[in-house]
Amino acid sequence: MSLAATPALVRLPVWRARFVLAAFVFAFIVLAVRSVYLQAMKTGFLQEQGEARYSRVMEVPATRGRILDRNGEALAVSTPVKSIWVIPDDVKASRGQKKRLAGLLGLDARELDKKLAETSRDFVYLKRQIAPDTADKVEALGIPGVYQQREYRRYYPGGEVTAHLIGFTGVDDAGQEGVELAFQSSLAGQPGSRRVIKDRLGRIVEDVESIRGAQDGHDLTLSIDSKIQSLAYGALRSAVAAHGAKAGAIVAIDVRTGEILALANVPSYNPNNRSHLSGAQLRNRAITDSFEPGSTLKPFTIAVALEQHRIAPTTRIQTAPGKLTIGRYTIHDAHPESMLSVAQVIQKSSNVGAAKIALELPREQMWKMFERVGFGAPPQLRFPGEASGKVRPWQTWRPIEQATMAYGHGISVSLLQLAHAYTVFARDGVLVPLTLVRTGTPVQGVRVISARTTHEIRDMLELAVQPGGTGPRARIVGWRVAGKTGTAHKQENGGYAPDKYIASFVGFAPASAPRMVIAVMIDEPAGREYYGGLVAAPVFAQVMQGALRMLNVPHDAPLEPLEQPSGSDDAREGT
Amino acid sequence: MTLTPVTVRRAIARMTSGLDGPLLAIVLALTGIGLATLYSASYDTPARFHAQLLNFAVAFAALWVAAQVPPQTLARFALPAYLLGLALLVAVALFGDVVNGARRWLHLGFLRVQPSEMMKIAVPLMLAWYFHRYEAALRLRDFALAGLLLALPVALIARQPDLGTALLVFAVGFYVIFFAGIGWKVLATLAALALASVAPLWGLLHDYQRKRILTLLDPTQDPLGAGYHIIQSTIAVGSGGIAGKGWLHGTQAHLEFIPERHTDFIFAVFSEEFGLIGNCVLLLLYALLIGRGLMIAANAATYFSRLLAASLTLMYFTYAFVNMGMVAGILPVVGVPLPFVSYGGTSLATLFIGVGLLMSVNRHRKLVQT
Repeated sequence: MSLAATPALVRLPVWRARFVLAAFVFAFIVLAVRSVYLQAMKTGFLQEQGEARYSRVMEVPATRGRILDRNGEALAVSTPVKSIWVIPDDVKASRGQKKRLAGLLGLDARELDKKLAETSRDFVYLKRQIAPDTADKVEALGIPGVYQQREYRRYYPGGEVTAHLIGFTGVDDAGQEGVELAFQSSLAGQPGSRRVIKDRLGRIVEDVESIRGAQDGHDLTLSIDSKIQSLAYGALRSAVAAHGAKAGAIVAIDVRTGEILALANVPSYNPNNRSHLSGAQLRNRAITDSFEPGSTLKPFTIAVALEQHRIAPTTRIQTAPGKLTIGRYTIHDAHPESMLSVAQVIQKSSNVGAAKIALELPREQMWKMFERVGFGAPPQLRFPGEASGKVRPWQTWRPIEQATMAYGHGISVSLLQLAHAYTVFARDGVLVPLTLVRTGTPVQGVRVISARTTHEIRDMLELAVQPGGTGPRARIVGWRVAGKTGTAHKQENGGYAPDKYIASFVGFAPASAPRMVIAVMIDEPAGREYYGGLVAAPVFAQVMQGALRMLNVPHDAPLEPLEQPSGSDDAREGT
Repeated sequence: MTLTPVTVRRAIARMTSGLDGPLLAIVLALTGIGLATLYSASYDTPARFHAQLLNFAVAFAALWVAAQVPPQTLARFALPAYLLGLALLVAVALFGDVVNGARRWLHLGFLRVQPSEMMKIAVPLMLAWYFHRYEAALRLRDFALAGLLLALPVALIARQPDLGTALLVFAVGFYVIFFAGIGWKVLATLAALALASVAPLWGLLHDYQRKRILTLLDPTQDPLGAGYHIIQSTIAVGSGGIAGKGWLHGTQAHLEFIPERHTDFIFAVFSEEFGLIGNCVLLLLYALLIGRGLMIAANAATYFSRLLAASLTLMYFTYAFVNMGMVAGILPVVGVPLPFVSYGGTSLATLFIGVGLLMSVNRHRKLVQT
């Protein structure tokens, strides 16, 4: 065929060409108008819509403040860790990769498969809080759908030594126990927020701007002295073990400032690994448990009597035949004596003597003394679960109750309250508020008893730890010690258990210018040695000696070996 | 032959003699924009960009070859090409590979081809040749036969299903028939018939097909399902603003919020990054391309050349308008790529061959003037 054309026939109909041209121009104008509409008139709205699809506000965690001891040693620090999570539906891993992933995370293969099978969920934790270098290895596996998130984990360098005191945080970094809970708001800080860009799958692509910076938590400097704390915990643990006891607690207080220098309990736990904990391990007995203190309360009874001028230290009291019957009840001395001076009542720890003195006193005055030294009210440390103990109102006291309270029965206190109360004797009759936070400055206290009475009591307490007293094992080389033993029957089912005791010792040193009060409590020492003078006093001596040395406290006694007491019999006491 | 400056210059002259300067410049500009946009859209799959560079080289070679072939020779290929295409379409229907639920591909040993693409060239060739042959006395019967020649491949392609390609093939064929002079009365009758069949057809449509049409009217009715494409692309276009967010800085594409961002929706990526200004430039380039094509058609030497050039040119117009209209949310979602810009080897080759044919028509216009 030929394509040679005749020009006349080649022309397209003109109006058809025009029609096409018009359609074409119209179509492009429509496109241009639409473009202007979207890009010039509605662009703000559409940009907002677009931004809403990728812009997200994320919380930026604040770093929790450290907890330090009074010398700046770390007791709790936050270390960065990573948590591994997955979008189960997106995970594509070979069998080998899964095996390696399970190995790195310490999961068994079935556990991992179970988590990856939750395909209906968009966010499943595989493992929380793993070390950053392990997380890097997980990332190196390059499995799609596996993501990481930064978190902080609390680490406690002090371990079991400071466990009860410091407490711990939960997995979400909030305090759950101890100081971590008590000071949560200042430790936690304020989380900040950032605007980030996320893609359709929720991965962060870009960090755009900081909306509000995270305010890190404040560091907290405690009054605790790590060295004394460590010494106290060690000595307590050895004693509890040596005597087969159920538990024990110890508190050390700086007399000048009211600062708690050490506070420890046994049994303890490792706060860095809390997978198997029992309630007994978690209990901060020194603060949250109250008990009938026994003879350690006698000095307060005597103090009331001295303040009321009912007696003088030399007043003689008949304690023979070692028992006293009030109504249906009879009070016994473990070691019957005859005529004793008031000082000897303390020294020998005579229940009969203390009861006889108490019965001469107005009930209200005794109650007031207990109340003013802090019994029956929580010590206001902000600490969770502070025990207030039990002091019944004086109006309800019967004579037998007044008599037993004189030697610390029918009344309960916590070990911390007991130690706190003894600061009155150590400070010339003044009570200072307790604190767990370092202050370093001496404080004015509230006068509870006169300086004169205080000195008289202090002399008696010094006598009590001399040979012939109940607590000679509390003595230390180089410093004079004053203190009182306690051995109380434990209450059980509404009565007293015949063979379960709480042995205690509370005292201070140097006796000439007291610096530190230490209170020790041993719960249920097993075996024949259960007296406070035999079980608790040695712990006191060991910790007091070490602490005074560490604090460079001037000696007030010759550096000579101690005179050995004649026998253990002297340690026996009525309660 | 020795390599002297003169022989080199002569060789270059011979190489480029078939190429039309303005058309080449426009196509290269469009391709350049396409490659730049694709580079941005394939930030996470750079292999796509490299593959497209190769596609471009192949397509350009095809253009050069097509431009060298005189229209007379082209006309001789019209019937065989059409029959071969038809046979391949039947083969696809019988033995084709199913990809994403559509049977479009045919395995020819080492090569995998999409015969429907070839029909974009073969159909206008065939119809132009047919009308040229019977141009002396065109009667309604001739138009009916031409309509049948067009309906066969369109139906086969639509059945695959590939609505976008079917639409383009139908368009290019229709343009030939239109320019061949089909009567207005016939056209009006056909249009009326089509309109009348809308209501019964609506009843025959599948639910998902109705949904697609309704979605266009109000995309927000199903923002996560059928409306997702339109909403996302409209947002991307609109958030480009006047000046755009800048090359490689389009957030919607880079954050994977734009579906099919390499292919059918690449215009959204372009629009977000280059804004209203970029869109105007792109529209202008397409207008120039179409204008140049229509000029070539107007000056064509033969009836065949003229019909071929005009229909191909208007096919480009259809391409561009349908694609941009879809992305901008004024036309329903059909799989029509943005010419010279979207990713895809076969499609790019077809487009370039078409340009080559235009150049061939342009080069041989002088035959009649002398």
